[in-house]
Amino acid sequence: MVGDDPHGWWACLEGVPDPEIPVISIVELGVVRDIRQGEHGIDVDLSPTYTGCPAMDMMAEDVQKSLAEKTGQQVQVHLVIDPPWTTDWLSESTKDKLRAYGIAPPVGSTSDKRELFGPPAQVSCPKCQSAQTERVSAFGSTACKSLYRCLDCQEPFDYFKCH
Amino acid sequence: MTFQMKWDTCDDLTNYVLQLGDDALVLGHRLSEWCGHGPILEQDIALSNISLDLIGLARQYYQYAAELIGDDMTEDHIAYLRDVGDFHNHSMMEQPNGHWGDTLVRQCLYDVFHQDYLTALTRSSDQRLAAIAVKALKEVNYHVQFSSEWLIRLGDGTQESHDKVQNSLQDLMTYSAEFFQASKADAWALKQGVGPDVAALKPGWDSRMDTLISQATLSRPAADAAIWQGKEGSHGEFLALLLSEMQSLPRSYPDATW
Repeated sequence: MVGDDPHGWWACLEGVPDPEIPVISIVELGVVRDIRQGEHGIDVDLSPTYTGCPAMDMMAEDVQKSLAEKTGQQVQVHLVIDPPWTTDWLSESTKDKLRAYGIAPPVGSTSDKRELFGPPAQVSCPKCQSAQTERVSAFGSTACKSLYRCLDCQEPFDYFKCH
Repeated sequence: MTFQMKWDTCDDLTNYVLQLGDDALVLGHRLSEWCGHGPILEQDIALSNISLDLIGLARQYYQYAAELIGDDMTEDHIAYLRDVGDFHNHSMMEQPNGHWGDTLVRQCLYDVFHQDYLTALTRSSDQRLAAIAVKALKEVNYHVQFSSEWLIRLGDGTQESHDKVQNSLQDLMTYSAEFFQASKADAWALKQGVGPDVAALKPGWDSRMDTLISQATLSRPAADAAIWQGKEGSHGEFLALLLSEMQSLPRSYPDATW
């Protein structure tokens, strides 16, 4: 039992994988913003990646289930959009995990406006590391990704958009 | 829930939030009709993504409206159990998809407006709406880029694509006049500092559209004063048909759950 130890709560959620990118946890994804003891159990703040992300409901259910099982307490999940989720919250080690899984991690920071109004980001191929890649489509298999192609090894790959 | 929710029984803030949500839901649903029918897989996925963003945005507005109404009101009730006259979206949102060029012209005209509108809404005196606008703007920036690129690609493409989107522009531009004509809810929101002055957004939109239209080697048709009254709840048959499809399941099986 993790009981009422806040460190145990975070450790517990570190064991909950992102439903669409299972190599990283929802804590590494940056969507878990706060865990605290409330009047009627544990309150968890989750920050949606994209407003329409279909994985959010599943994440909320997973959080509720795993924390309730571990602590025996009631768990309330709140979706908070302020401040908005950003890929700036992904750590370097998380980006390494994405790369190893075949997804190119976000390049640069959202404070760089060229991300949206300039040419597509220069993304390296996660398989062969070549810088010779091209964007096939700004929209990919999930809301958070774009579709790229490596011009050297010819492999198509997902790019986790800087957002 | 047995009580039927009606526009004229809600307070001003709720009606304004519903107007914003109705745009997002109706256009989001229209775009979802492309799912499985896009010209190539990547474009099919792109429109499905934009659709998902808009439906997610509609949920944000409807969840807020449901909290304002109270009494166990839910976002699903707002989306699925209101009649056509209670929807207050811009008339452009409900126009049929037509061909790819029609859909992308409609999208571009709206995206450019939507981006400026949300930018202004981030300064709303209503903290919840300001937060929704900040969040949505990050996504709408991608939409503008996508639809603008397509306007240029089709306009400055082959003779056939040029002529087709010129016709799309001719048909759809007329609905843009409604963007800048304040509805009752818009007028209330402006007075309260909750929403932007829509008439003041017109010069910026005109200039951005002029640049895009000229880059696309198209010519800009005149948009007459708005005769469309979607934001006041007056709709043609298109919205009724859209709703009859979208709402059929929850209306046939009122207590259905996943």
